[in-house]
Amino acid sequence: MIYAVAVFAPLFGSLVAGLSGRLIGDRAAQAVTILCMILAAICGSTAFVQLVFQGGSPGTVALGTWLDVGQFQAPWALRYDTLSAVMVAMVTFVATLIHIYSVGYMGHEKNPVSRFFSYLSLFTFAMLMLVTADNLLQLFFGWEGVGLASYLLIGYWFDKPSACAAAIKAFVVNRIGDLFFAVGIALVFFLFGSIEFSAIFAAIGQHQNAIYHVLGADFRAYEVIGVLLFLGAMGKSAQLGLHVWLPDAMEGPTPVSALIHAATMVTAGVFLMARMSPLLDYAPGALAFITVIGGSTALFAATIGCAQNDIKRVIAYSTCSQLGYMFVAAGVGAYQVSIFHLITHAFFKALLFLGAGSVIHAMSDEQDMRRMGGIWRKIPATYALMWVGSLALAGIFPFAGYFSKDAILEAAYASGSAVGLYGWVCGMLAAFLTAFYSWRLLIMTFHGAPRADHHVMEHVHESPPVMILPLVVLAIGALVAGFALKGLFIGPDWAAFWAGSIANAPDNHVLAAMEELPVWVGFAPLVVGLAGIGTAYLFYMVDPEIPVRLAARFGGVYRLLLNKWYFDEFYDWLIVRPYFALARLLWQVGDATLIDGMPNGAAALAADGSRRIVKLQTGSIAVYAFSMLIGLVVLVSVFLLFR
Amino acid sequence: MNWTAAIPEIFLALSGLAILMLGVFVRREPTFLCSMLAVGALLLTAVLVLGGSDGAAYGGQFVVDPFSSFVKLLVLAAAALALVLSLDYNRREGLARLEYPVLMLFATLGMLVMASASNLMTLYLGLELQSLAIYVLAAFARDTLRSSEAGLKYFVLGALASGLLLYGISLVYGFTGGVGFAGMAQALADPVHASPGLIAGIVFIVAGLAFKISAVPFHMWTPDVYEGAPSPVTAFLATAPKVAAMALLLRVMVTPFGHLLGSWQLLIELVSIASMVLGALAAIGQTNIKRLMAYSSIGHMGYALIGLACGTPEGIRGVLVYLVIYVFMNAGTFACIIAMRRRGLAVEKIADLGGLGRSDPGLALAMAVFMFSMAGIPPMSGFFGKLYVFLPAVQSGLWTLAVIGVLTSVVGAYYYLRVVKVMYFDPGVEELDAPPASLSVLATGTALFTTLFFVFPGPFIGAAQAAARVLFG
Repeated sequence: MIYAVAVFAPLFGSLVAGLSGRLIGDRAAQAVTILCMILAAICGSTAFVQLVFQGGSPGTVALGTWLDVGQFQAPWALRYDTLSAVMVAMVTFVATLIHIYSVGYMGHEKNPVSRFFSYLSLFTFAMLMLVTADNLLQLFFGWEGVGLASYLLIGYWFDKPSACAAAIKAFVVNRIGDLFFAVGIALVFFLFGSIEFSAIFAAIGQHQNAIYHVLGADFRAYEVIGVLLFLGAMGKSAQLGLHVWLPDAMEGPTPVSALIHAATMVTAGVFLMARMSPLLDYAPGALAFITVIGGSTALFAATIGCAQNDIKRVIAYSTCSQLGYMFVAAGVGAYQVSIFHLITHAFFKALLFLGAGSVIHAMSDEQDMRRMGGIWRKIPATYALMWVGSLALAGIFPFAGYFSKDAILEAAYASGSAVGLYGWVCGMLAAFLTAFYSWRLLIMTFHGAPRADHHVMEHVHESPPVMILPLVVLAIGALVAGFALKGLFIGPDWAAFWAGSIANAPDNHVLAAMEELPVWVGFAPLVVGLAGIGTAYLFYMVDPEIPVRLAARFGGVYRLLLNKWYFDEFYDWLIVRPYFALARLLWQVGDATLIDGMPNGAAALAADGSRRIVKLQTGSIAVYAFSMLIGLVVLVSVFLLFR
Repeated sequence: MNWTAAIPEIFLALSGLAILMLGVFVRREPTFLCSMLAVGALLLTAVLVLGGSDGAAYGGQFVVDPFSSFVKLLVLAAAALALVLSLDYNRREGLARLEYPVLMLFATLGMLVMASASNLMTLYLGLELQSLAIYVLAAFARDTLRSSEAGLKYFVLGALASGLLLYGISLVYGFTGGVGFAGMAQALADPVHASPGLIAGIVFIVAGLAFKISAVPFHMWTPDVYEGAPSPVTAFLATAPKVAAMALLLRVMVTPFGHLLGSWQLLIELVSIASMVLGALAAIGQTNIKRLMAYSSIGHMGYALIGLACGTPEGIRGVLVYLVIYVFMNAGTFACIIAMRRRGLAVEKIADLGGLGRSDPGLALAMAVFMFSMAGIPPMSGFFGKLYVFLPAVQSGLWTLAVIGVLTSVVGAYYYLRVVKVMYFDPGVEELDAPPASLSVLATGTALFTTLFFVFPGPFIGAAQAAARVLFG
């Protein structure tokens, strides 16, 4: 079946490139992985079209048994429904473009890059396993698979200490989320007796009132599970608190940032929310929690984005912020909207990252925007494409972001609840900031006087077609995905489109309520977006002294933003340092002194005892006889005393 | 009078005399012939033991029961193995004299008598017959200083031990009014009758027998004699007499003094712990492999005594199983040690084994098997030996013994595994000579027994069970 081909072709490509990359050479490895990806993209898109437009029937593709232990069963199976098919089509499509782009971007590498392409394909495969999983454990398999591939790719330049540190940080932070996710899976099995989605969703009605006793208090089981799954999603999707790994992950090559940290992996958390929507819709407390975290993240990350100087970090924080939007949508019950934004975001964020990559490529690997500027005439194609991406990100009509971001804010407003309103307010503020930092990025990067030295400026060149073409394709996506998909995803016939793969509880009418909002709610995001652009133009184009003065006047706020709200320092102080101190204590005192000391001491004792005993063995018969007699006396005394 | 009960002993005695006469009259070099005849006599005696019927003889001084038969068969096997071990060695070292097999036969005869003793006088008779022969054997390489010294030391200290034993016998006789085991058991049926004098007597008897099994604190002779005596004699000394003396100790403690278990249990525990600890610790610093084996045997006797300290049929069964495993394991180890020759000269430093893993993989493998077994690593037989004494100890609540036994096993593993390390990881100095066929065959056979014991432990356990039950009536 073509669906399975779409999932396993990347694995094949990864294995070929990874295991025999040195044998067949870089060119062949690239060719194999890209051909496999193209095949996967064709199959993935075909499967999507068949399901949605040609009346294909959803189902599962059984592949075999993974675990079968007593009551616990985990099969290998691919779930084939609208949600999975949408994700498969998007992932294979974007990943294919990024594979092609990487040929150009990695062209200057001195070392063989077959490893890089193998990792990229492995990552794609893991992501596909995640989105096609038919049970929670298989989803977890894909979840961990993307975590592994992310670690490998962030640390791809293993000779760079900062890259290794970033890779470890990403892995460790993700593990914290994974722990909650794993506990959540266990609780699901505990409650439902199964981890297969069909079985869980069929039994949703039966366990509504189940209770867990946690820490001396009673909680509804659905709330506990929902919060645990969301905590897992927070790690993967870099939400407030567990977001610290994402900006650092920019240490990896730029295609990695585009693929993992924009289009696919970080959206896994959002996907999980949509996948578990039948359960989450009965956990209002968990949903409120999701909305609050999502809204806070959207605003918080956007504020940091305004003060960063590294071009990729700005985009990274924007990713963080946009993921927050998606969680707001999921939190108010509009899962369809969150997936809509996920898809449009995949296009324009990949476009922005790859465009940034093109800039970095042109600037001889310079990433600091303060040393850019004045290059828009030299790389006009990249410049134009970055404009498209920024317009989409800022939500300007008719670009993709306009439709999806609008829909999220409308859903938040339409939910009518207090947390929904909180999400809306955060989202509106973030929308202003998003537009602001996007144009700050554009102006600082491309306009003004050149701030790079003349060697760099002489080498500024447009990227090769192999890099520009994927960008063009993505730009078209960023342009049309909004109005092309809106009708399908959240239009009047959304129920037919999703065909039950995203479920809303009977009393969840948020999608319907979106249609009946005051007109100003629909226009407000566009207005604040334009205001943000205008502000940025004023600050950085018209009078560049304004931001400098502001930074001087509000030094505290500026430093807070520049230092990312001191989250890293706070974690360093709260967790990392005490942990290192504890580890050092356990190592030096616990292990080296006590644990090593006991056997070493025992050995020394034994050796010492040995020397003493051997000394008694003098060879003199008199001593021997005497010791026998002493022994006899001792034994007789003992015997008489203790008989 | 039922003299037929002693037919195996009588046959062995007559064989010894006959072989002596024959050796004198044969004109050619008689030793090999006599050795072969001696081995034959031992095997025939074993057949007679197997065919004999249970019962008491000579006015109750001599008894034949499953226990004695078990011990006798094991002693005969050990003696035969030791005799085979000596064939090549004695020829090369110029010790090939016909007295050697004959003395071995008489020593073995003494052990058979010990196994059947049911009277303190029979006990003493057998013990002395055995000891006198072994004193001579220890000094058999009379031209070398160390061998003579070993013989002399063993004799002097052995005389002291015999004196202690005799003194103990006289005390016990004085306080119980008899020397027959059955009569003493009756007299001591009520533990209240245990007077201090009697108790002192028991300690003296234990001391005399503990000397023979080289249990601490009566072990001092062991390293010197093991090192000084010719290697085949050491092999013999380490196996057969230990079995006989241990069997005698079992019978004496359980049959006549069985009712006083509560009194002597602590005594055996102390001796056992001291032996295990000393055997484990003192061996660490040794460089001579025969001295190492001396301490090793001290430790092993400590482990075996755990079973006796239990005072239960399961404990005694454990001791007997331990002895069986110990005999074959030790005979094999000594086969490897005797095979250590470089350019025709015997060497006995542990370092001389360096590189054996490459130069003679077969011999090294056999030695490794024995070392792993001695260290008590499953699935080698040594593990099961320990298992069968530790289990009853735990069942009887003797946790201290079991725990100390396990701990000293850990220490012991160090020096056993060091031998393996030297063989396989240390650079070889110079290759050892190829071992003669007799030693290869013997090492292979015992190594197979050691490795495969866990496949067929049934017959041994069953026989030991039957033998142990007899002692408890």
